[in-house]
Amino acid sequence: MQEKPLIEFQHVSKTYDNGTIGLNDINLSIPQGEFLVIVGLSGAGKSTLMRTINRMHEISSGDLIVDGESVVHLEGKDLRRLRRSIGMIFQNFNLVKRASVQRNVLSGRVGYYGTWKSTLGLFSKADKQKAIEALQRVGLGEKLYSRADELSGGQQQRVAIARAFMQDPKIILADEPIASLDPLTTESVMNDLKRLNQEFHITVIVNLHSVSLARRFADRIIGLRGGELVYDEPIDKVTEKDLDAIYQPVSLVKESEAQA
Amino acid sequence: MNVVPKRTFAQKYHLKTVSWLVVFVVLIIVTADLTEVDFGMFFANFGQFLALLQQMMHPDWQFTHLVVAPILETIQMALIGTTIGTLVAIPFSVLAARNIVKNKFFRGLIRFILNLVRTLPDLMLAALFVAIVGIGPVAGVFTLAIFSFGMISKLFYEAIETIDEGPLEALEAAGANKVQLVVFAVIPQVFNYFVSYFLYTFEINVRASTVLGYLGAGGIGVYLQRSLDQFAYGQTAVIILGILIVVLVIDGLSNTLRERLL
Repeated sequence: MQEKPLIEFQHVSKTYDNGTIGLNDINLSIPQGEFLVIVGLSGAGKSTLMRTINRMHEISSGDLIVDGESVVHLEGKDLRRLRRSIGMIFQNFNLVKRASVQRNVLSGRVGYYGTWKSTLGLFSKADKQKAIEALQRVGLGEKLYSRADELSGGQQQRVAIARAFMQDPKIILADEPIASLDPLTTESVMNDLKRLNQEFHITVIVNLHSVSLARRFADRIIGLRGGELVYDEPIDKVTEKDLDAIYQPVSLVKESEAQA
Repeated sequence: MNVVPKRTFAQKYHLKTVSWLVVFVVLIIVTADLTEVDFGMFFANFGQFLALLQQMMHPDWQFTHLVVAPILETIQMALIGTTIGTLVAIPFSVLAARNIVKNKFFRGLIRFILNLVRTLPDLMLAALFVAIVGIGPVAGVFTLAIFSFGMISKLFYEAIETIDEGPLEALEAAGANKVQLVVFAVIPQVFNYFVSYFLYTFEINVRASTVLGYLGAGGIGVYLQRSLDQFAYGQTAVIILGILIVVLVIDGLSNTLRERLL
């Protein structure tokens, strides 16, 4: 919008090996500091779109620019440097359950360490302190030495947020972060993400199924259907009708099934 | 719609399972016939067995203090051999795991090497090492190291392949390199299995090393062989009792430890 875009998709397409189209000619620019919510049905390409940004998925054609640099051909060390500047939150938290919360949080920092130092667990004092602060930021300071699997789902997701925060990220990608949480913890996880966005101007991109949450937290909502960008509006122009339209195909199919 | 389907005749009477069972029974009978397994002979010569047992019923307790040192040597051999084998097995098992090394060819190569090592019988290895380094416990240690390496690396990579892959994805997305991936996302998930398999292999090695002594690879086996050669069944009895005690103790110990870990 007004600022120079932090992430820019230029005619990005992705076709899977089996011929399935993941993304089809996506053009999208995301400015620094935006809270962007992606909505769409399962299989619409939300996860794929998100994972192309940190190159967890490769794209088939087009160009993708992050922070002024094309990321399509990054390899090895450069790729790892890109990834450490992008935090990622997952539906299943993806913590190491048998490890302590402290170790899980610190593992977000490994991109800044060489192989030997991190292997031997030689994290600096500053980083250990940072891990404590990251944990306190999500309200779980007292859980520092607990094992990750002793925590509830919502707490685990907040540990994952602390881990992402350890990366000093410019961008946080959250792939359906609340899909396996109850409504109450959903609230606190979304609030944590929003705070990172507002206090640190981290660009946050979230995949959501819940339209009401999308409307409450997003600065801007985009919609995907069948790998295509079908909707892109700032929050003050989003209407209930538009959002229903993104989800329409399924209701249509259901109706025709019910009639049959 | 929404109607429970009828099972076919074959499904209803588990035709497939029953026919497999029949095939196996026939196979066993045929192979027994071909290899001339004769149960009658076993029972006909049962008297021999009883005679031997009778002689062993009078353990030569004088021999006890001579047995302690070689039994300790056996345990030491097993411990060193298992440790060396395990240390070498860790990197190999990581390289052989499907979820860590995506390159099919490289993984296949590593697995081929591991299969090769596992094919070597431990008795042959012992004979080989006795020829190379001479009679004594060193040959036994090498044998057990290679034997443990083959076994543990398979157990380890199968354990690695069962881990939750979520943390792998998370670490990769955080910019970790391959080694960091293994250290932070793989090892913590499988560490307990590693310890458990180590203890299990140690247990097997204590037992195996008694046999290795037969070939001159050190430990209690040497004494076992000597006593049998001299028909000193009283001494044999003491040795077997000693081995039994050690195996029981190690078995109990590793069971308790493993239960606590898993």
